[in-house]
Amino acid sequence: MDTSQKCFHCGLEIKKSDLIVFEGKDFCCKGCQTVYEIFSSNDLGCYYDFENSPGATPLDIEGKYDFLDNDKILEKLLDFQEESTAVVSLTIPHIHCSSCIWILENLQRLESGIRSSMVNFNEKTVRITFHSDEVSLKKIVNLLSSIGYEPYISLENYETGTKKEDRSLTIKLGVAFFCFGNIMLLSFPEYFETNEFWIDQYKGFFRWLIFALSLPTFFYSASGYYISAYKSLRTRMLNIDIPIALGIVVMFVRSTVDIIMGYGQGFFDSLAGLIFFMLLGKMFQIKTYNFLSFERDFKSYFPIAVTKLSQGLEESVPVYDIVKGDRLLIRNQELIPVDGILLSAEATLDYSFVTGEANAIVKKSGDKVFAGGKQIGQIIEMQVLESVSQSYLTQLWSNDVFQKKVNQHFKTITDKISHYFTPILLLISFAGFGFWVYFDLNTAFNVFTAVLIVACPCALALTAPFTFGNILRILGKKKIYLKNALVIEQLAKVNTLVFDKTGTITTTEKATIDYQGQEISAQQEIWIKNSLRASNHPLSRMLYNFLPEAAFLNIDRFEEFVGKGIQTYFDGNKIVLGSSDFVENPQPSPVVETSIHIAINDVYIGKYVFKNAYRNGLSALFSSLSQKYELHILSGDNEGERRFLADFLPKNTQLVFNQKPEQKLEYIKTLQEKGRNVMMIGDGLNDAGALAQSNVGISVSENVNVFSPACDAILDASEFQNIGQFLKLSKQAIKIIKMSFALSLLYNVVGLAFAVTGNLLPLVAAIIMPLSTITIVSFVTVMSSIYARKLNLK
Amino acid sequence: MSVIYLLISISIIVAIVFFIAFVMAVKKGQYDDDYTPSVRMLFDDELKTKKQIKTNPEKQV
Repeated sequence: MDTSQKCFHCGLEIKKSDLIVFEGKDFCCKGCQTVYEIFSSNDLGCYYDFENSPGATPLDIEGKYDFLDNDKILEKLLDFQEESTAVVSLTIPHIHCSSCIWILENLQRLESGIRSSMVNFNEKTVRITFHSDEVSLKKIVNLLSSIGYEPYISLENYETGTKKEDRSLTIKLGVAFFCFGNIMLLSFPEYFETNEFWIDQYKGFFRWLIFALSLPTFFYSASGYYISAYKSLRTRMLNIDIPIALGIVVMFVRSTVDIIMGYGQGFFDSLAGLIFFMLLGKMFQIKTYNFLSFERDFKSYFPIAVTKLSQGLEESVPVYDIVKGDRLLIRNQELIPVDGILLSAEATLDYSFVTGEANAIVKKSGDKVFAGGKQIGQIIEMQVLESVSQSYLTQLWSNDVFQKKVNQHFKTITDKISHYFTPILLLISFAGFGFWVYFDLNTAFNVFTAVLIVACPCALALTAPFTFGNILRILGKKKIYLKNALVIEQLAKVNTLVFDKTGTITTTEKATIDYQGQEISAQQEIWIKNSLRASNHPLSRMLYNFLPEAAFLNIDRFEEFVGKGIQTYFDGNKIVLGSSDFVENPQPSPVVETSIHIAINDVYIGKYVFKNAYRNGLSALFSSLSQKYELHILSGDNEGERRFLADFLPKNTQLVFNQKPEQKLEYIKTLQEKGRNVMMIGDGLNDAGALAQSNVGISVSENVNVFSPACDAILDASEFQNIGQFLKLSKQAIKIIKMSFALSLLYNVVGLAFAVTGNLLPLVAAIIMPLSTITIVSFVTVMSSIYARKLNLK
Repeated sequence: MSVIYLLISISIIVAIVFFIAFVMAVKKGQYDDDYTPSVRMLFDDELKTKKQIKTNPEKQV
């Protein structure tokens, strides 16, 4: 039942109070409406024709890009500057669809000084050519920001290198194909008839031409394998490129000997074919992997929201929309998502996430604060220095400090196999050669090269990365962000689910709140609201959103007691909010309910009573989960909801209330000692210990910045009802890997059997080997996508 | 039949010419982005002429 409207420009939901209607369309804010106006008055309405709601709200950047007036900086940023023409490449994170391409390539309509612009979609960059005497870079950047396409300008990062590498592979592939095709054509005459007079006449010409054509591909295209094999030999290891390099060299030498001595045609066609198909396989592999990891790093959802202060208003924005110069509000227990400068007087930061040390560090106003720290105590304001580096945060997350001691089952299999594979293979090939040399030298050589080429360990090594890579990408799109691929394996093994109540199965969005007690004056309400502002507890957030807008006050002192409440001081007034006991309620009521009690200056005032709203689809989710998993609900709240939950949820769900954080941890430990494999789903606040203890810890994020590093996955609250599907998908991922292992093992056994008995022509081996790589990679990628679609996850 | 020497040599030379063209195209970066051109193809051009007609009267004023 979604009755809210979506903004025509950016597609986000519009709050009733903010609705702006212009030319018959709905907009969520003045920014979006302004961009629409710019577009429609410049005849650029086409922007909206390609995709629905392609826009982004333009951010306020007054004065932010003044540094672009500096000539030295301009020099660094511009790709080209000669007379009056300049070219610049800007990275624009918001590029995500064809509308973006369209508008960015039509910038000349918005600004006459721009001559042309070209978008590179995969890299999210736009290359703008402009007249530097008509328009400055600063003006262009301001223009881009005003239409919602603010560029990301970083003076430190200069990424080169990867581009050049890709190009060399393309050229190698081109060379290999050129040589392969021509060699095949020139080999045709000899295929058909070897005894005709005509052929004898011209044999030499053809053969030496073929030899000449094979040189580029042998020396240049295959060079990657030689280098890799040589490096591996130097370190006394045997990697999988050694058999390949050996096979190629042997083939070449043997074929050359053949044509010099006149024994035969040689095997240059197989050689060129082999090199070509293997490079093709490599390119396919790289492209698929780039696609998967690009999607994960740039397009997938890293569900941390931070509170941004713009023009005195607080708004919750996703972490990857933060840019330099933004002012952020960081609450107690919240993570500092980016490097920045502290604006508030003092901050106490816990960098255990980054350094592993739990000693809090005190910072003063003006100090630089680094990403990854957790604020303890007062709310602080900071100014952003860098945009968030999603990969940096993910790196921190994967820090050894937080690795659980899990069985890396599939990785070890792949490792073991690679270790033994090459020696065994070399053994078989030499044995085969040794065997056949007594019968027929020709066959002996054939067997030797065929064995070396047909056995493909790459399938075994590639299966796990590609399957997991694709699954991570699919899950990322569905707003569940996993720490790394190991989590998928763990998810598949889980048999017990433990849910937290508040904030996990209840939603902070829809609760109804009732006040009971003495009248609260306006001043007291302002105090209460400001106390709540500093706390990140779901109940605090709910109540904060419920109370009317109030001016911001400076807090003298703030303390949050986990599981109990918060205590704040304003100008000597003491505000205590929390549980009935914490507030020292003189008349505790026997009724059990979720509530926040208030005491101001040690006088009990009243309480806010919350009616919990449970998430959509909760009952259906639990019924389907109870068929395969043991379900538990652990709540820090009181028993008030027990009857309701007992009716609402399946019969054998365990309901435990009044759990302190340490008790939750103990509970999970007990389950594990009984041999259960436990997955904990919580909100990350007071479940941190339990999340760390469980085999898999998932933290449910509902627009809050609670990032507990102990969790293994972050799930956006809107996708909560799909937990069952995610678990199923992870199980199927393991199934896919097993199937693919079996396939490639089968393939290897059959191939080797043919090769050793002398029935496999090197040419056929040359084609089959890279084909197997391509098949396995496609197989796992396609299968995982199919399973995901079946589960309606796509 | 000895003309075959000439024929094959010429065809190899032609092939090499195309190959050089390929290498030059890769070096110039034409193969770097294989997605955007596919989208760019689908944009309309007619709007440009409409805009010119619209702006012309403005310029005269």
